[in-house]
Amino acid sequence: MGLTQLTRCYWLVPVSFLFSNTAVAEETVPRWQTNMTEGVTAVSRDIYGLHMDIFWWCVGIGVVVFGVMFYSMIVHRKENGAKSANFHESTALEILWTIIPFVILVIMAVPATSSLIKIYDTREADVDVVITGYQWKWKYEYLGEEVSFFSNLSTSQDEIYNRIDKNPNYLLEVDNPLVIPTDTKVRFLITANDVIHAWWVPAFAVKKDAIPGFINEAWTYVEEPGIYRGQCAELCGKDHGFMPIVVEAKSPEDYALWIGEQKTAAAKVRELTNKTFSFSELMERGEQVYQSSCAACHQADGQGVPGVFPAIAKSAIATGDISEHLSMVVFGSRENPAMQAFGEQLPESDLAAVITYQRNAFGNNMGDTIQPIDILTYKTQSE
Amino acid sequence: MAHGPAQGVTRWFFTTNHKDIGTMYLWFSFSMFFIGGFFALVIRAELFEPGLQIIEPEFFNQMTTLHGLIMVFGAVMPAFVGLANWMIPIMIGAPDMALPRMNNWSFWILPFAFAILLSTLFMEGGAPNFGWTFYAPLSTTYAPPSVTFFIVAVHIMGASSIMGAINIIATILNMRAPGMTLMKMPLFVWTWLITAYLLIAVMPVLAGVVTMMLMDIHFGTSFFDAAGGGDPVLFQHVFWFFGHPEVYIMILPAFGIVSAIIPTFARKPLFGYASMVYATASIAFLSFIVWAHHMFTVGIPLAGELFFMYATMLIAVPTGVKVFNWVTTMFRGSLTFETPMLFSVAFVILFTIGGFSGLMLAIAPADFQYHDTYFVVAHFHYVLVPGAIFSITAAVYYWLPKWCGNMYNELMGKTHFWMAFIGLNLTFFPMHFVGLAGMPRRIPDYALQFADFNMISSCGAFLFGGAQLLFLFNVVRTIRSSKKATDEVWEKPTGLEWELPTPAPYHTFSTPPVIR
Amino acid sequence: MNTSENKNKGAQYHGKLIAKLLFFGVGMFAFAMFLMPPLYDVFCEITGLNGKTGGRYTASLSDMTVENHNRDRSIKVQFIANNNETMPWEFRPNESSVTVEPTQVKQVSYFALNPTQIDMVGQAVPSVVPFEAAQYFHKTECFCFQNQPLSAGEQADLVLQFIIDPDIPDHIHTITLAYTIFDITQYSMNETSGSGIARATH
Repeated sequence: MGLTQLTRCYWLVPVSFLFSNTAVAEETVPRWQTNMTEGVTAVSRDIYGLHMDIFWWCVGIGVVVFGVMFYSMIVHRKENGAKSANFHESTALEILWTIIPFVILVIMAVPATSSLIKIYDTREADVDVVITGYQWKWKYEYLGEEVSFFSNLSTSQDEIYNRIDKNPNYLLEVDNPLVIPTDTKVRFLITANDVIHAWWVPAFAVKKDAIPGFINEAWTYVEEPGIYRGQCAELCGKDHGFMPIVVEAKSPEDYALWIGEQKTAAAKVRELTNKTFSFSELMERGEQVYQSSCAACHQADGQGVPGVFPAIAKSAIATGDISEHLSMVVFGSRENPAMQAFGEQLPESDLAAVITYQRNAFGNNMGDTIQPIDILTYKTQSE
Repeated sequence: MAHGPAQGVTRWFFTTNHKDIGTMYLWFSFSMFFIGGFFALVIRAELFEPGLQIIEPEFFNQMTTLHGLIMVFGAVMPAFVGLANWMIPIMIGAPDMALPRMNNWSFWILPFAFAILLSTLFMEGGAPNFGWTFYAPLSTTYAPPSVTFFIVAVHIMGASSIMGAINIIATILNMRAPGMTLMKMPLFVWTWLITAYLLIAVMPVLAGVVTMMLMDIHFGTSFFDAAGGGDPVLFQHVFWFFGHPEVYIMILPAFGIVSAIIPTFARKPLFGYASMVYATASIAFLSFIVWAHHMFTVGIPLAGELFFMYATMLIAVPTGVKVFNWVTTMFRGSLTFETPMLFSVAFVILFTIGGFSGLMLAIAPADFQYHDTYFVVAHFHYVLVPGAIFSITAAVYYWLPKWCGNMYNELMGKTHFWMAFIGLNLTFFPMHFVGLAGMPRRIPDYALQFADFNMISSCGAFLFGGAQLLFLFNVVRTIRSSKKATDEVWEKPTGLEWELPTPAPYHTFSTPPVIR
Repeated sequence: MNTSENKNKGAQYHGKLIAKLLFFGVGMFAFAMFLMPPLYDVFCEITGLNGKTGGRYTASLSDMTVENHNRDRSIKVQFIANNNETMPWEFRPNESSVTVEPTQVKQVSYFALNPTQIDMVGQAVPSVVPFEAAQYFHKTECFCFQNQPLSAGEQADLVLQFIIDPDIPDHIHTITLAYTIFDITQYSMNETSGSGIARATH
């Protein structure tokens, strides 16, 4: 299996084009990769070693078995005048080829067991991140830091539908990557909000199912700063292929800076909530939010998918009473689980913008606007 | 005494003749193979290039789901039951199956099951879209409304399989000709006997799991819903308790077929008959204690993970014995390579490659990297396509002359083989690479670095599909041709079927044959 | 004629075997439907699979083998809250972590608020990591034992009281307890003691 290219690991290539759509030179996309990445952690290198050991055992066995087989196929042909022998039993042989494979298996099982024990040791982590899988995005929450955010695919629909060139990180790029410190044991507490997902970053050799109602744990210890990419690894519905994972490993100092910035940013969002926006500001922001949070189901043109996802254009909710619309967006649909509660996922300013946008785009022309503060009031009106 | 079949179409509706029913099973499975294959080509066409071109992700998921379900339950299983119907009574010297009327019934409910399943494509919300493994809660709380029809269809398929299995066990245990002891039975009969027991053990479990889904969806229970005290992981345990033996249901009869064909074309008796029987039985036994290797990433305590890893690795031992026996059967034979032999040799080689990747997948820590990637897709297609499909194809070429009395066109058969062989390897070998490079399975679109190998896979898939059209043509042409086959068909093959005239009369062994 | 007689004879002849096989099949169905779920629950409780914790802990402190254990040992317990989809409540732990000694009875609470204009019922489902710790984490009082009705706009502090078993293996220093809150308003409207929540034992 690709013996010449064993060491090519595109996951390791630190890429500076993270948020860029411009077409870049072809060679930044690694091609013809044929083997597993070695990764950037002790565990991933362990697993890579295990993988290669077993691969070579298989190659060895294959050479012997297929060697005998091809020898017979070439030499013992009837057209070459081969006369068939008549032997058809040998207990000694049967015992021999039961015992030899068994011994080989034991030899394989020993390192596998010790790797597994290492992987299961989740103790003494310095950073805990709660990872929650949503249809179809990830939420990261830093335990004890009060920092949490969603991470959405940032590839544009234009790229997916082949209207513009695809960038080298096509489908492997997000708006907010998970940031972790290097040289630190980071523990992931993994769960899901709706269906089962699986969080997988090949460079860390971490793959764990995210199960609604339960938590799973995994850990990593990254040595190299860099950007590492992965994908959801459990079928979770329509956009299973469109919820990538991007992890940015920073040095502990940079990480501390970053966490500080996040806390400031959170304060800024609270400030935005109290600001009053103009209609055009709301529409402009609303369109961006709509494209990243709504268009996947309701489509970019607001027409939905008949029988699966309702249209926004001319819909009873987007052209009806605004409080019904608010309730639908903030709390989701109680009848249809596909319509999620966006109240906790988006800041108030985005919610106000997207609701305004939905009521005034696609020919809905309702003419009304709603401000972030109204959303906040609505959410906490009973307090 | 001997009378022919009834005239007209009612012959097929009311027939209780094992050969008629076997023929219907085979044609049914052949048509399902083309439908499932068409779905596979839709998938491969979408995956030809990165980006969404032909179908939307929603429909893509329906295609992967239906491709899996139709190939497993509609193509492979009915084909093996069809071969069992045709060959088991003849191979053990019985006049017919033990329960001929139930035999008719177990076939005729199948078209209804698949009509229901396929009709979901035209329903509002679309066909089932949760993968052939239908994990809860994607298949319960989040499923399209058509899931209920899917459940009904699975129940009917299950009932059909269980009836078929009961029939086969009763036939083998009670209807053998005098002198046909168990250890004289051809291996195909042996492997089917064990398969039938597996079917009766696990098809009810599948029925149980879909019933629990049905109750969760419609009757307010919470087997798989954490909110009501249930657990979605329970679904996976029950499903794979069915699912792992199920994959052996799809391969054990193939072992039997290959064990019949290789000795014929090596002109040498099968090596290690008894050890083949024991190996089959141990594989069947082990299949019940390895199910959680499909769930290594679900979060299982260390001890459980280790247990399932060791048990899974053990399966390599009896499987290895089988491969070594086949190779030794060929060793110092007098080999010729007619079409059935070509398919059987390819079976041994490619199934072994599938076995190697299976062994790699068994290693739990490495599975954290392989799980749910294209490496898994490559693995099980290497086991099932050359395993089940090639062995069925080999069986058809091997026994077709006996069934219809005419010889197939050897050149066309060989062309079919080489097209299928090259197509298969082009399709599935690159999947190992993209899987290891990090491409998850069941995605309608993929990152750019997987593009080159995916394009090769798609080309291979269309070549493989084209090869099967040639197969269909060759079979139809053989049935209608006038190139008669001899009674013996091949050079001194062993087995009771070759002692019959060609084509096999409508009623055979009304008086039991003499077993030497 | 002859053949149909033979078939009838055949059915009787095979009767016993068919009955056995059918019984086996029905038995396997019953095994999957009625035995596997409870067996799985038991299995989970023993192994802590999925971090499932047991029901109310009723044994008294004196049952615990306190003597031979290091009393100075302290264990950090972290609390996490999750909302399942379509659950609009505000739900969070009042303290994100506490440090306790084994055998010490500790009480903590979660905050819950129903911000909607409808009366709702929630059900919290606990999950503990590491799985191994689940069987040493005893809840003497927990809001997850019952469902939690909150009327429109109502808020509550939901109480959890627990003891950590002194038998807890020495290598466990941190326990993480997550509660996921589910909206079960519809279940409890349909049937107050229905099967929907009948299995909600923890």
